[in-house]
Amino acid sequence: MLDALLELAWIVIKILAICVPLILTVAYFTYAERKVIGFMQVRMGPNRVGFPLPFIKRFHLLGLGQPFADVVKLLLKEIILPENANKFLFVLAPVMAIAPAFAAWAVVPFSDTMVLADINAGLLYILAMTSLGVYGIIIAGWASNSKYAFLGAMRSAAQIVSYEIAMGFALVGVLIMSGTLNLSEIVNAQRGGVFDWFWWPLLPLFVIYFISGVAETNRAPFDMAEGESEIVAGFHVEYSGAAFAVFFLAEYANMILIACLTSLLFVGGWLSPFAGVPLLGDTILGTDGIFWLLAKTAFFMFMFLWLRATFPRYRYDQVMRLGWKVFVPITIVWILVAALLIMLGVVVRGS
Amino acid sequence: MLAEYFPVLVFLGISTVIGVALVTLGGLLGPSNPDSEKLSPYECGFEAFEDTRMKFDVRYYLVAILFIIFDLEIAFFIPWAVALDEIGWLGFNAMLLFVALLIVGFVVEWKNGALEWE
Repeated sequence: MLDALLELAWIVIKILAICVPLILTVAYFTYAERKVIGFMQVRMGPNRVGFPLPFIKRFHLLGLGQPFADVVKLLLKEIILPENANKFLFVLAPVMAIAPAFAAWAVVPFSDTMVLADINAGLLYILAMTSLGVYGIIIAGWASNSKYAFLGAMRSAAQIVSYEIAMGFALVGVLIMSGTLNLSEIVNAQRGGVFDWFWWPLLPLFVIYFISGVAETNRAPFDMAEGESEIVAGFHVEYSGAAFAVFFLAEYANMILIACLTSLLFVGGWLSPFAGVPLLGDTILGTDGIFWLLAKTAFFMFMFLWLRATFPRYRYDQVMRLGWKVFVPITIVWILVAALLIMLGVVVRGS
Repeated sequence: MLAEYFPVLVFLGISTVIGVALVTLGGLLGPSNPDSEKLSPYECGFEAFEDTRMKFDVRYYLVAILFIIFDLEIAFFIPWAVALDEIGWLGFNAMLLFVALLIVGFVVEWKNGALEWE
């Protein structure tokens, strides 16, 4: 009995060791977003809020206190329950959005030995969790009983399921190359050099996976589910205070998850790009480790912000056309190409 | 083997608790001064014109149906992809046949305008 409890406590500690850094990353990702987009638009971004220090007054610290100020402010605001809303579903929706966004991290390996649940169907589990996120959105839109929320939820759901097809096919490409559903083994199957990573034999799928990831998370330029200029904020227009903050947290956690998965599945996860390279490969840069995964994830997170600062919003029919008429055919063709590469021995599994 | 899935279950529980805790905390910390204007559905300052449970475009259903078909196909692809080096050319050719059927269906959808959205 005591052993079982101790084991449970140990699992809970490990889960918190994933969740707490994740929440902090989300907090500073919002800060980074405002700062990066600010600089891209030749503005300063947030630079006022610092931390209260005992003796030094007006110590702004580049606005690093901003995320905490935002969190406290959101928590102290009123949660409005619209009178027409379906109250139970209205409160349930944010929980439905955040639970899968966090739970997906259970199977993500951070390095060769650092993984909470090393299950053999890891990729299926990830696929299931990222699909569940759409329930939070559609329940929120329906339960709000507001036209903007409803339209936003419909658009968002249709968009997410459309891009899920392209995403699923891209994952099949990864499975063809790796021959396993276990995420750690998928990374280890990419061992070798930069060109043994799956981005090279699966180049079109790699690009499509990341773009679909941007569309899945409803991020600019695919954010017509929110479309401020047409439907104000989409599915979360009736949400305020902490309930809104939970949606926000879920969206950003999903973005970080997509960035992390792209790093794991296509660019070698924790593997060093300099492995096997003379000179550099012998230094610390040549060793594999969690810092490589973090660096790659940070790069893809930056890509999310870069895309948002660069591209204007798509029109809805263009989004659906891109998903169905461009991505689906390309992925189907490339799955067959990848299978031929394996069958003809051009690419050998696990080399 | 199922023991490896136990942390996943615990994680699902904890992530639900995080969500519930945040919403509850917001409910406890925030003020509550409802009035009828504040609680009415938001429509950019106008009175709500009609009920929200209105008719909407049938194409959303169509997308959902197409999604189910293609997602099922992905579910068929996954075991095939994992076992590709064991099933050899027979498996590969069987999948070619399957993909051919899939592509015929896709072309029919495309030609019938099921993928149009304007």
